[in-house]
Amino acid sequence: MIGTIYTETVVYLAPEAFAADVPYQVAIVTLQDGTRVTGRVLGERVTIDDRVEQVELRDGIPYFRRVA
Amino acid sequence: MRPVAIAAAGKTPFGAFPGRDLRSLVVEAGEKCLKNGHVSPSQVEAFYLGNFAGPSFVGQNHLAPFVSTALGIRDVPSTRFEAACASSGSAFFHAFSAVASGLYDCVLVAGVEKMTSQPTARVTEILAGAGDCSGEIKAGSTFPSLFAMIARRHMYQFGTTLEHLAAVAVKNHANGVLNPDAHMRKVITMEQALTARPVAEPLHLYDCSLISDGAAAVLLMPAERARDFTNKPVRILGVAQASDFVALDHKQDITTFPAVRRAAQKAYEMAGVGPKDIQFAELHDCFTIAEIVALEDLGFVERGAGGPFEASGATARTGEKPINASGGLKSKGHPVGATGVAQLCDLVAQIRCEAGDMQLKRNSLGLAQNLGGSGATCVVTILGNA
Repeated sequence: MIGTIYTETVVYLAPEAFAADVPYQVAIVTLQDGTRVTGRVLGERVTIDDRVEQVELRDGIPYFRRVA
Repeated sequence: MRPVAIAAAGKTPFGAFPGRDLRSLVVEAGEKCLKNGHVSPSQVEAFYLGNFAGPSFVGQNHLAPFVSTALGIRDVPSTRFEAACASSGSAFFHAFSAVASGLYDCVLVAGVEKMTSQPTARVTEILAGAGDCSGEIKAGSTFPSLFAMIARRHMYQFGTTLEHLAAVAVKNHANGVLNPDAHMRKVITMEQALTARPVAEPLHLYDCSLISDGAAAVLLMPAERARDFTNKPVRILGVAQASDFVALDHKQDITTFPAVRRAAQKAYEMAGVGPKDIQFAELHDCFTIAEIVALEDLGFVERGAGGPFEASGATARTGEKPINASGGLKSKGHPVGATGVAQLCDLVAQIRCEAGDMQLKRNSLGLAQNLGGSGATCVVTILGNA
């Protein structure tokens, strides 16, 4: 699935469940059908308007990566 | 509906109090309030308690009778309201409705949170429960990160800057120094705010409110009856609560809170005033960006103009629209369930000219805005001279 970054943040202070991932990037992504989802960004950091594609779905949460 | 007044107010200092439990905090605030109103516990006809997460923070449920009986309030309805950080704002709105309708003549509304007995990572986890735990929270969002994403989008759409955010923190910390009950009475500089460690980019340490213990209470009566108990009743001119989606990604535009706009519109209509008439306000600055968005949603400035308005000094104590003369959640502290009623206590102190070093000159019409979660609940209240 391809989408566009609507907004993003990099989290430095996390609950214990995610402490090992810090710092990690969370983003709200606008998908091609216009719906929005909150997911994680893997690899290169992204900014608003960047195009991303979903590379994984873990426990119902989408993981995205930047596409050129 | 009949006119309703706040006959009395009382609160604890806000801070980290390792030796204090939740119940003792409400008892202190409630007793101060009843004493201030010359009312005995047996005269109270109903008790409304705002509390976000007592069961998680201190392991206690069934909180309202747990604390009201300790105050000596027996037999009467005693109920807890939960609406995240707007819990006591919501308790207040429902108490107002009951008094205005004629159901009760004397109601005590309190708010409390005891947060500092848990480590910060656990507090972050408990607060995250105010978000959508089936989506955004599962993805690793925390409350700072939700507001960080709002800030990013606000910066992108309107050109809001890190300096605009920092200006809110610097101003509220300067105000908090004048508040003897504030959690953090400490002046900070623009440079300190901008170079503090990141919590969730673009938000840094000083963009975030504090983790605090504290309680606050107000006593509501029909306006005519309140005059029998105090020569300084404060009129509730307008109050409204509104709701929206819990999940940030369900919202069309995250740079504005529709619940704030709706609650404000209703409260302004009820009071027969507009944003220009409001002389001072206590706004829900859980994060610096939240105060900027609130200025816009309440109609104090146009959309996108909140950042420059803060940077201009207009919201300082000496400015045209003093915001958070108490120090706000940023410096006064944010025991989440207590915040809504505490804001009202601050308005009452200003209107009664009892605010000490915090006293403002233009003090006869004030507004409080209490936000729950990332905007799923909002309560707006307008108070004035009776």
